[in-house]
Amino acid sequence: MADQAEFAELALEYMPGLYSAALRMTRNPADAEDLVQETYLRAYRGFGSFTPGTNLRAWLYRILTNTYINSYRAKQRRPDERDIDDVEDLFLYRRLGAVEQALASRSAEDELMDLFTEDEVKGALEALPEQFRMAVYLADVEGFSYKEIAEILDVPIGTVMSRLHRGRKSMQKRLFQFAVDRGLASSTDDGAPESAPEPERTTHG
Amino acid sequence: MADCNETLNELYNFLDGELGPDVRNAVQHHLDDCMDCLQVFDFHAELRQVIKAKCVEQHIPPGLMERVKGCFGPETIAEPNGS
Repeated sequence: MADQAEFAELALEYMPGLYSAALRMTRNPADAEDLVQETYLRAYRGFGSFTPGTNLRAWLYRILTNTYINSYRAKQRRPDERDIDDVEDLFLYRRLGAVEQALASRSAEDELMDLFTEDEVKGALEALPEQFRMAVYLADVEGFSYKEIAEILDVPIGTVMSRLHRGRKSMQKRLFQFAVDRGLASSTDDGAPESAPEPERTTHG
Repeated sequence: MADCNETLNELYNFLDGELGPDVRNAVQHHLDDCMDCLQVFDFHAELRQVIKAKCVEQHIPPGLMERVKGCFGPETIAEPNGS
């Protein structure tokens, strides 16, 4: 039995991550603030059922996810699973070889970091249908394990892995489009630009 | 010893820290010897870092902390759990 008086001390430190997650899910700052407040309120009321010593951070994200699904999702346009772009593995890697060469004068670690703006990366994540978006956010941004994500989203681990796989590829496709739009890469339908070093030729069926 | 296909199949399991020690070692050994696969892994590790760095809000909105703290109190506890 957890002590409600401890709650603020233990739980409030997770607010920046929870707010980031809320904003990626609602895509609206006012809704994100309401979602965070509602999450903390529910967690505070239910803290007696939290087992001390278990994963408080994952427990809070689970409440956030459930609150979002129950209270906020109805207001939003909901892209469903059919809206996700399906592309081959290593999609971005095979296309950005030329761009990486063009940026080769910079230090290797900074290339991708400089290539995409914050708005582009957020945009690519926020464009994912929500079940994919949440899985990718929890893995790539929060660093949760597959098992933790399965518990937060209340789905089997295999489903988590499948959502991550498809969600990440779809994000890569959108990121590549941003690079094309800015003239950093050329869009050819059958794979990488001719100048790109390509380990394997891929063809679209 | 893993080959290129086996190694690439474990790309994200490796980056996500989800591999057991045996497979992890096999992948690591392959990467030590295979520059092509190493480049693929580096690219995706870096992409993961980019997503992490750019999708986090650096600051919570002013007033949100106070607003949330304002919800904690005896009157909040007294409200019925769930509904």
